[in-house]
Order: sequence, then structure tokens, then C-alpha cells
Amino acid sequence: MLAFAIRRLIEAAFVMLTVALLSFVLFRFVGDPINQIVSQDASLEERIRLREDLGLNDPIPVQFGRFVWKAMNLDFGVSYQVKQPVITILMDRFPATLELAFAAALFAIAIGIPMGVYTGIHRHSMLSKWFLSISLIGISLPTFLIGILLIYVFAVKLGWLPSYGRGETVKIGFWKTGLLTWSGLKALILPAITLGLFQMTLITRLVRSEMLEVLRTDYIKFARARGLSNRAVYFGHALKNTLVPVVTIIGLQVGAIIAFAIITETVFQWPGMGLLFIKSVQTADIPVMSAYLLLVAFMFVVINFIVDLLYVAIDPRIRLAGSGAGH
Amino acid sequence: MRSWKALVVASALAVAATSAEAVTFKYAFQGDLNALDPYTLNETFTLGVMGNVMEGLTKRDKDLKIIPGLAEKWEILEPTRWRFTLRKGVKFHGGEEFSADDVLFSLDRMRSEFSQLKSRAPADMKAVKVDDHTIDFILGQPNPILHAEWDTWYIFSKKWAEAVGATQAQSGKATSLNPWALKANGTGPFTIESHEPGVKTVFKKNPNWWGKVEHNLDDVIFTTIKSDATRVAAPLSGEVDLIEPVPVQDMERIGRDDKAQVLTGPELRTIFLNIDSFRDELKYASVKGKNPFKDVRVRKAFYQAIDIEAIKSKVMRGQAVPSSLLISPLLFAPGAEIKRHPYDVEAARKLMADAGYAEGFELRMDCPNDRYVNDAAICQAVAAMLARINVKITLNAQPKAKFFEFAGSTGKFDTSFAMLGWTPGSFDSHNVLQNVSGCRDADGKGAQFNYGGWCNAKHDELAKKIAAESDTTKRNAMILEAYKIIHDEVGLLPLHQQALAWGVSKSVTIPQRADNQILFYWAQKK
Repeated sequence: MLAFAIRRLIEAAFVMLTVALLSFVLFRFVGDPINQIVSQDASLEERIRLREDLGLNDPIPVQFGRFVWKAMNLDFGVSYQVKQPVITILMDRFPATLELAFAAALFAIAIGIPMGVYTGIHRHSMLSKWFLSISLIGISLPTFLIGILLIYVFAVKLGWLPSYGRGETVKIGFWKTGLLTWSGLKALILPAITLGLFQMTLITRLVRSEMLEVLRTDYIKFARARGLSNRAVYFGHALKNTLVPVVTIIGLQVGAIIAFAIITETVFQWPGMGLLFIKSVQTADIPVMSAYLLLVAFMFVVINFIVDLLYVAIDPRIRLAGSGAGH
Repeated sequence: MRSWKALVVASALAVAATSAEAVTFKYAFQGDLNALDPYTLNETFTLGVMGNVMEGLTKRDKDLKIIPGLAEKWEILEPTRWRFTLRKGVKFHGGEEFSADDVLFSLDRMRSEFSQLKSRAPADMKAVKVDDHTIDFILGQPNPILHAEWDTWYIFSKKWAEAVGATQAQSGKATSLNPWALKANGTGPFTIESHEPGVKTVFKKNPNWWGKVEHNLDDVIFTTIKSDATRVAAPLSGEVDLIEPVPVQDMERIGRDDKAQVLTGPELRTIFLNIDSFRDELKYASVKGKNPFKDVRVRKAFYQAIDIEAIKSKVMRGQAVPSSLLISPLLFAPGAEIKRHPYDVEAARKLMADAGYAEGFELRMDCPNDRYVNDAAICQAVAAMLARINVKITLNAQPKAKFFEFAGSTGKFDTSFAMLGWTPGSFDSHNVLQNVSGCRDADGKGAQFNYGGWCNAKHDELAKKIAAESDTTKRNAMILEAYKIIHDEVGLLPLHQQALAWGVSKSVTIPQRADNQILFYWAQKK
């Protein structure tokens, strides 16, 4: 187990370094940050001096080395645009993204699993067909379209929910939360649905097919033969056994939810990290972009690491088979 | 249980009572409000926002006329000596008394290393304090438009800046970072209550403001809404009182609504095309060994092949004013005398044939796609129109950060045919002649924004004279002459002035200034 963990950690470090290098190379092509900083009639000399000042004239390996060294010391530099340390800005935005991702995941699980169970048990009912059609929409419509649609219906036409922003927030330590105010909760609903819809669909379909599979197995037949109630059979035996792959998928999708939040955050002007990233791309704010990509890579690595460990812990067969294939 | 209910009712009543009294104006813009130090970013929007909080020696009224601000009056004692008399009894938000020392301090700060506002005053200008409320500005040479941009040169409180360490404009370096970049202290009609860059900024009415209050607001909340669709939805759902800008394709939708309306007006920015008449061999073209754009006939053929009315009606949906000059008629009225070369494909074909390009040529066109209203769509239209004179355009539309990098001086003007927009910061033609149509070298020394590098000695000589001429009639005559040269020689191809478009709730009245600053100290909300 320890050897396994150490090997994973070394792999993780390698992944981080690769992401850092890739993002760094990419940023050579995002454009000129200088033009976004200076005024339109700044002189040529002024522009050249600023380039020098920001270290943009150094050879690329030197810039990369400096970047990695500073990143290891948690120093990501200063945003060209906001003129504040990147780490401060990211920490300011991080709670918003995490709360949104958490709410979206909760929505996906709370709706997805029951829908999956229902459609698995009542395969031919009218309601099942409805559920499946809805989940088809969730898969096929792009996120931004769903967001705009929800805004149009619930904000513009009905006027029930706000169309943008995070509502009132309360500060607990450094964590700015929107979960404790009425307007904050209201503002969370539409973005969470938009972000979670795809995952919900995924979970519904996964649970459904797993249920269909499990319900055909012998131990379910025996359970029925023993005269157990439907309830006990479906939830006590069948559902429990479908959950192993579902938990794995959910774990892996948490990373995806945070990364996909970029689009949802843009549509709803949700003040999270994704929105910050999009804006930084437009203004070629390199320090913010690189820190964001590193952070996301870091989260993926951590989540994958935990899932790997959980996998081994949950499923005894993997342990017995020794170090089987990873993902 | 009962007491719990009573509490809810009581607090609901309390909320209702305060909201009935306080008038809150909410507005949203597509971009962020970042650092609040107004010397770090010379950008209309940021300076506009800060214009509600801080003030310059001069101000501009609803029609952009220069009016007194922190200076009560000024006079030109001799052509190189201006005397400004400062307003007495003005206090900063922090309680500091406003005096001549603050102006001297702000001048130094405006010239500090990382300031982006250095062009607000000539480098050789000196300031002399006569007494606590009188300052003389001494110039190296006469300058009739010295104070033209002083409405956005906001005055800092020396005391405050020294206390918080804000004596220099914010640099991009970590070592000199200070939290005051997110704070502000001015003399203006509003104070800043809180500021979260990219999220929300809250303003409060300054009860001690020196001027005559023309608004009825207590609080103002600014938010960024980046996504077009969401921004358009906000005034329709009544969550926001004003949005800027309204995408042209959504104007009708807001116009149809009974809660909101679209305010439009001509903007000061002029959109034009640059053609490379600088290089000896045209880049990114099928013509080798020479540059067809050195021939005025080819330049004129391009001009006449563009159907500007079609661009106006189809691409801009009517929200543009075709222009024959590189400046808005609002800023230079005598320019109306110059009329656009007529749209005439036959004439254009003939010009191409005369120049020896009857068969046309291939050429790459570079455009930004997120900078101006429908920028990439305009370029597409132009490309289609030029096909009629056998010029085959490959369109290269890029985000602004990329576009300006290669097409501008940093990329050594790596373009043969490009789109650009320009608003003269001083609202004066000299700024255009100096930056956009003057001569430059291959590195950009000279007119840095003349992407095409067109150069005319007579034009530059006129520009030099215009800078020092203080007689308005003579000056205007020379400006007109310079514009005529650009027009006759087709140095650049002007297209239009795009329109401003604000989506405004019907319960709000607010003047829309042509420079697109949102000044809510003139807003009334029902």
C-alpha cells in the first residue's frame, strides 16, 4: 500500500511538471499582455521597458525555471490586470467555484440516482420514457444553451430567480459563502442545475444499466424466492451493488465539474475561478492563467489519487489480484 | 412559535422600510473594474467609473464641453503660462482639505514610473504654486489644448496617498504591491464602499460633495456581466437598471420590452482599415517583388469597392455612421466638407486595371474579433466586396490580445491589410494626426498606430504646426488640410463611427455622453 502511494505521488509530481511546461509553452501564443496594460498612446520606449520589467524578454527556459521555482514556493506572481497577488485572487474566487461544484454534484446525485433506480425497475412505464428523454436533452444540449434557456424562463419570464451573480455573501474567515443567505441560495439554483445536468444524466443512465444488470443476477432471484419485499430487494440488495462503479464515476466527475464550471460561470457571471480564467485569457494575463491551470491539474491529481486509494480499499478483488491495471 | 413569526414579520418590515427609502442604481458592463488607481489604466470605462468618485481640475458636461471642476476658473496669462484658480472648501472623502499641494502631488504622481497617464501633460510643463488655491502651469511651447484631457486626470489627496503609501502609480511588480490599489479617496459625488475586482463594487452618495446634486441615488452597485445573453436578460428581468453594451442583434429585443429601452448615439471611436504602403514588397499577398498599395489608384480602388451603406444596414443593423474622416464629426465639425469617395465598383475596377491589376491579387486581411462592434463581420463583408474587383481575401480574425501583438508595433506591423479603431484621448484632431496617420519607421517610431505605414511629408509638417497654433480658425484650417491630404491620397480607409448602445430601465433617466462614460451623478431613478 505504501509503495503504491509513493509511486502515485511521483507520478503526480511528473503530471504537474508536464502541465506547467505545457501551459507555459501555450502562453507563448496567447498574445501580448503589454498592449492590455498600457494606454493606447503609451510610447514605444515605455512598452519596451515594461516588457523588460515583467521579464518577458528573458530566454524561455529561464522564464520557465523561474516560474516553477516560484510556484513551488506558492508564489504565482502578480496579475497584470488586477495588480494583486494571483494567490490572493484565486483564494478569493475558489470558494465560489467549490460551492457551485458541490451544489451541482449534490443535484446530480440527488436526482440522478432515484431517476436511475426508477427507470431500471419500471423499464416500460411512461414516466421512465419521460425521464430518459429528459436525460437525452441533458446529454445533447450544450451547457451554455441550457443556461441561457433557464435564465430566459426563470429570470426573465417568471422572475423567480436571479439571472447572474452570487447574491449576498457572508464571510467566515477567508471563506466567502453564499450558502447562508437567502439571495445566495436562490442565485445558486440555476447555475447548479446547468452545471449538474450532464452529470445527472450520466448517473441516471449508469444506475439504470447497472440496475438492469443486477436485477438479472441469481442472488436477486434468491432474494425474491426468500419472499423479501420489493423494497428490500431493490434498495437493500440491488442498489447497494450498483453503487461501486457509481461512486467511482462520481469521484472522477468532481474534477470535471470544477473544470467545466468555466462555461457555466461565464453564462451566469458566477464569480469563480473559471470566469477569472476566461477573462485572463482575453487579456493575456499570464500569471493568473498559469496558476489556474496548475491548480486544476493539482485538483485532478489529488482526486485521482484519492479515488485510486478508495478503489483498493472498497473492492477486495483489486487487492487480491495484486497491482492490477490502473485507469 | 409565535415569537418566531413575529420576528420574521418585524425583520421583513424593517427590510421593506429601508428599501423604500434608499434608491439603489445597479449597472453592469461587459468588462471588469480592476485596480482603482486611475493612473494605472488609461481606459474609458475605468476612468468613467472613477469619474464618479474622483475629480480633475476640469470636468466635461453632458455635451463634452469643458467646464470647471476642482478649478473654479483658469486663464492664459501668456501663451506659455496658464493660471488655475482652485475651488475653496472642497474636502476629500477622508476629510482632507483640498489645496494646491494636492495638485502638485498629483502631477508628480501622474508622471511617476508606472503611470499610464503621462501624456495628460507635456513632459516639459512645470507647475508653480502661487498660493494655496492658485497654480501656474508653465509650458515649453504654446499648447492650446493643454487642459483637454484634464477631466480624467483625477486629483489625489497628498495626505491620504502618503499615509497609505500610494505616492507612486501601481507597478506590475509584486514588491511594491499595496492593498490601496483596491481603495479610492477622491472629492467626487460618490464614495466607494467596497470593491471586489471582477465581482461587485458598491458606491455610496457623498453627502458632503461641493457641487449641485443632480441625482437622487443613495447607493450604486456595479457588477460585471460578461456573457452577452445574460447581460441582456438582466434589465429585462429588472435586476439591473443599465447595461453597456447591448449587442446590436439584441437591441430590438430590449426595445420591444415594456420595462427597458435602448439608448443609442454615435460613439467617438472611428473604425478604419490600414493598408500597407510602407514595405517595398507586400507581405501575405500573391504579388511578389513589389507593393501594389504604393499606387494611390489601388488604394482608391479598395476604398471605392467597399459598400459602406451595406455594412451599415446589414452588418451594423443601422447602428453606425459612415465616415469620410479618421475622426468623429462631433469632434471636428468642419470635416463635414469632405465627402466619402463614392461606392462605385466600375470605377474601382477601372482604377485596378489602370494600375495593372485588372486580374487582381490575393491578400490576407487581419482583424480583431473581440474588440469593436461586429469587427470580424465587417471584415467578412469587406472581403466579399473586394472579390468584385478580383481581390481574393483570406480573412484572419483573431482575439485582440493576439491581433495587437502581431499587427502593432510589438510585431513590427506584421500585416498588409488590417482593421483598427481610434478615439483621440484629447478629443482633438492633433492626436489622430500624430498617432494614426503620421509617418513612422519600421519599428513604430513616430505614428505608432499607423499600421499601414502610410507617410506624407506635407501632412506631418501640418501636424507639427497644428500642435503649437493657438488661433482656432487657423488651426482648424490646417487640420482640414491635413485630412484632405489623407482623403485625396487614400492613406487609410475610414469606415464608420460605431454606435453606443445602453440598455436602460424605463424607471431611470441618465444622459448618454458620446465618450461612453457612465456618469451616474446625473442619474434619476423613480
